[in-house]
Amino acid sequence: MAAESKLKYDRDFLISVYKDMLFGRRFEERVNQAYQKGKFAGFCHLHIGQEAVCIGVQRALRPTDYMISGYRSHTQAIAKGIDPKAVLSELFGKVDGCVRGKGGSMHMFSKEHRFLGGHGIVGGQTPIAAGVGFAIKYDQNDDVMVCYLGDGACNQGQFFEALNMAAAWDLPVLYIVENNQYGMGTDFRRVTSVDSLAKRALAFDIDNSQVDGMDVLKVYDHVSGIVSKMRKKPKPYLLEAHTYRYRGHSVSDPASYRTKDEVAQFQARDPITTLGDYLKKHKVTTEDELKAWDKDIRDQMTAIEAFADASPKPDVSELWDHVFVD
Amino acid sequence: MALIQFREAIGQAMAEEMARDDRIFLMGEEVAQYNGAYKVSKGLLEQFGPRRVWDSPISEAGFAGLGIGAAMVGLRPIIEMMTWNFGIQGFDQIVNHAAKMCYMSGGQFNVPIVFRGPNGAAHMLGSQHSQSFDAMLTNVPGMKVISPSTPYDAKGLLKAAIRDNNPVIFLESEMMYGLKGEVPDGEYVIPIGVGDIKRPGEHVTIIAWNKMLHVAMAAAEQLAASGISAEVLDPRTLQPLDEELIFTSVRKTHRLVIVDEGWDFAATSAQISDRVQKECFDDLDAPVVRVNSLFVPMPYAEDLEHAVLPTAERVVQAVKDVMYVD
Repeated sequence: MAAESKLKYDRDFLISVYKDMLFGRRFEERVNQAYQKGKFAGFCHLHIGQEAVCIGVQRALRPTDYMISGYRSHTQAIAKGIDPKAVLSELFGKVDGCVRGKGGSMHMFSKEHRFLGGHGIVGGQTPIAAGVGFAIKYDQNDDVMVCYLGDGACNQGQFFEALNMAAAWDLPVLYIVENNQYGMGTDFRRVTSVDSLAKRALAFDIDNSQVDGMDVLKVYDHVSGIVSKMRKKPKPYLLEAHTYRYRGHSVSDPASYRTKDEVAQFQARDPITTLGDYLKKHKVTTEDELKAWDKDIRDQMTAIEAFADASPKPDVSELWDHVFVD
Repeated sequence: MALIQFREAIGQAMAEEMARDDRIFLMGEEVAQYNGAYKVSKGLLEQFGPRRVWDSPISEAGFAGLGIGAAMVGLRPIIEMMTWNFGIQGFDQIVNHAAKMCYMSGGQFNVPIVFRGPNGAAHMLGSQHSQSFDAMLTNVPGMKVISPSTPYDAKGLLKAAIRDNNPVIFLESEMMYGLKGEVPDGEYVIPIGVGDIKRPGEHVTIIAWNKMLHVAMAAAEQLAASGISAEVLDPRTLQPLDEELIFTSVRKTHRLVIVDEGWDFAATSAQISDRVQKECFDDLDAPVVRVNSLFVPMPYAEDLEHAVLPTAERVVQAVKDVMYVD
């Protein structure tokens, strides 16, 4: 980030963006610790390293916008407004979980916050997103649908079908590919016909671009521009955000398919550290204050975990609830 | 009362419901400008316009998913599969997404959607166009499955399906679209999950649905000539199944034959047979006998195809077997 004598952004905005990214980081670290302690089981995909995409995008949206995602979505759910206590309780399989223990790590939902999941079938969320865009257009309002997917999902046929319909019918869907380079252990370049996933849009004549997904302010600026145009004139957009996950695909993956140097290169551009340095440089804050915020967030994590620990397990009588509605 | 074709009954149900509720739209291949591959949606584009009636691309997974997304945020889609043989391209969306959404979102996102289209063999269409998917579809919790046999049932049950707040699979048949039947002039709705005695009888119960119902009725007519009174029971809905109606009939006749176009292994008829042997063990005077399609891919040649499908002759023989008569 270039040093500017005058800050482009509001001071409080910058601080809250920093705190939100740090909150996501500390939340996922706490999730990982809880998993290692055996507090819950199942798949658990952490978002550590990808915070700038999550928070930068969120700040460009308004509460009535819709969001859907894949299986790496704890922090996206929190950013969209779901109480972190409800997310951690869900991971623990507790009754105070955001879906009462019916979903787990891959299936966070909130109707109130227009967060349409947490989906575990790679790419399956992409046509569903087109359907939400269809409904927005059907009702002629100016909300937008944000659909997250990963580089792995970019080779699913359903994604192509979704892009085609979204383009043919001008649906207001922003597809955001979080390209962290690896679909589980497979480098996307080994199995993909294009070197940039934004190029997937070309076959469908969809507007597209790439953004540095390690820089939260660039993501915010870029997505704000896209969304503002989409509200005025509905049509789809494909954004490729270059990012990186510091941990393995899931908590059980040692990530031996990539080098320590590669991880270190991305960690050197860590989005939280980078923004922290920027804030200090511009005298928005001090190192002591950053430490105080971190301590406060860590204390919040302790309270969140205590809440999830104390939340009861769902009663077996709830097993049959929600198969159908009346 | 009016005498109308099966296709008209389905078309009337859709038109009446679409006139009643602006949230309903129809999407599928050739449903709009072409008026439907089998003319089921004839006139709907003209009546409701392009906002409500949509020709889809040939992307079953894509437009199944689009319908699910639209349903999650308040629309009520009717998705036509030109045939369920194509519909299985959308199985991921139907099975992994539509059927699970309500449950895994803790009841927050129900999916009021109807997937409808012809199921089973037509005539000399070969292996990829002659399959009955009842068993696969009824095997999935979270969806209702309807398979009507008459224009009257089709209209009343499709209206119920469209009004239902859950995913409903509606199985039709190319061979029945021209079938005529009496339909009342005024509005009526047939509740999902309620079977119907199509022909009362005393000596044996024959359960059959969809176009197999007509095979069973022909067999019952032949049996009557030799003094055997067969009760023909049409479950109409396969999921949930009207088990009480079945048990009541079997407790009266003490003998059961099930006619099912599906392959015999793990068929819907096998499920019914299992339930009857468990609940009516002491009432049975003979083992339950099932008449299914033979366990081979469908051949093209007419005589070979005829040998695979259940026929009235095979049903008559099955009844004689459970009656212990020649």
